Amino acid sequence: MSHDHSPATAHAHDDHDVSKHIKGYLMIGGFLLIGTALTVWAATMHFGSDALNIGIGLLIATAKASLVALYFMHLISEKTAIYMFMSVTVFFFTGLVVLTLWASHDLPLNSEHLRLPKPEAAAAAH
Amino acid sequence: MDIPYTTTPREDTGLYNAKIGIWLFLASEVMLFGALFSSYILLRVGADWWPAPRSILNIPIGTFNTAVLIISSVTVVLAWASLKMNRLDRFKIFQGITILCALIFVGVKSYEYSEKWMHYEIWTKDGQNYSCHIEVNGKKNPMFYTHNKLAEQNITEITVTKDPHKYGDPLPDKGSAEASSAADHAHETVVVQTADIKRLSAFVPAHSTYFAIYFTLTGLHALHVIGGVVVMFYLWVTAGAWFKSRPEQFTNRIEVSGLFWHFVDLVWIFLFPILYLM
Repeated sequence: MSHDHSPATAHAHDDHDVSKHIKGYLMIGGFLLIGTALTVWAATMHFGSDALNIGIGLLIATAKASLVALYFMHLISEKTAIYMFMSVTVFFFTGLVVLTLWASHDLPLNSEHLRLPKPEAAAAAH
Repeated sequence: MDIPYTTTPREDTGLYNAKIGIWLFLASEVMLFGALFSSYILLRVGADWWPAPRSILNIPIGTFNTAVLIISSVTVVLAWASLKMNRLDRFKIFQGITILCALIFVGVKSYEYSEKWMHYEIWTKDGQNYSCHIEVNGKKNPMFYTHNKLAEQNITEITVTKDPHKYGDPLPDKGSAEASSAADHAHETVVVQTADIKRLSAFVPAHSTYFAIYFTLTGLHALHVIGGVVVMFYLWVTAGAWFKSRPEQFTNRIEVSGLFWHFVDLVWIFLFPILYLM
């Protein structure tokens, strides 16, 4: 067990590094709010197809999420170990979503034919 | 009992233990929400019909809540930066704003939920189907009624106030003939015999696939918000003594709780468009 009771002055060397990022944090916050307004606006537009509308909405959401992860969560300047953890996570997450989308092509678009026939219809068929 | 801890970065990773711990936890959280997002995709793609969320959920309220979470994400990183600059007073302010934002988010979400639980859809035996608000035995907008509950309570009739626009159908364009027609029939009130009702359901998870996945995703997210606010409140209350005696440890705790909070914001960034807008 290790107790590291560093004095508050230990922060002094970080002061300059952190303070210069504050303006950046506020700017990212502003971009995220603008991105939210853009998402709502894009949802009211018709870009030609539902798939395109969904794609554009997800693209804006991904851009916003990237800003949060890179700057607020400091992934833009993290240690290699964290990149390794998250690479594995991204790989499996992507696999999960892509395989689901792939499998969805096997689903019947209309499940009417899967419903059991009504008893009288089934009896008539025999 | 003192819980073992260290603020010294490990030589092999260059990271302190709590940071490795929170990132591994977040990795598992990504997979948890990933599984639910995949379920959403599968349910939606496989559905014969999917409601237009704009006609069910309140977009301005959802947008407001998104903005609240984004602001909290900014203030939580500013709270951490304040500690790095040895400014406990500023930390208290920013952390306080973050907690306030989290409580506003939960409050607004609770309002949204309650609105859904007192909103109904009725299927009558003659084939009609409409969304509405109901009045049962003089009580307006009761929650969680079903056709079975009406039968159990021997209620023979209910008063129904129909929605001007049926749940799930795309909203008509403003100024269109359909919009004018909906306005003419706005809030039509009729008495319905319970014997004529085939099914009555509030907008609860059992109502439909859409509400099942909506409540699962937003409910799990809300639990994360509540968990986050409990931790942040504890850190806020104990900040003074903790920061004075063990500043590095406390600053690391704020960084770790902040990482969790950013993840909660990140999940909502995807939930908002897929559930409210698409």
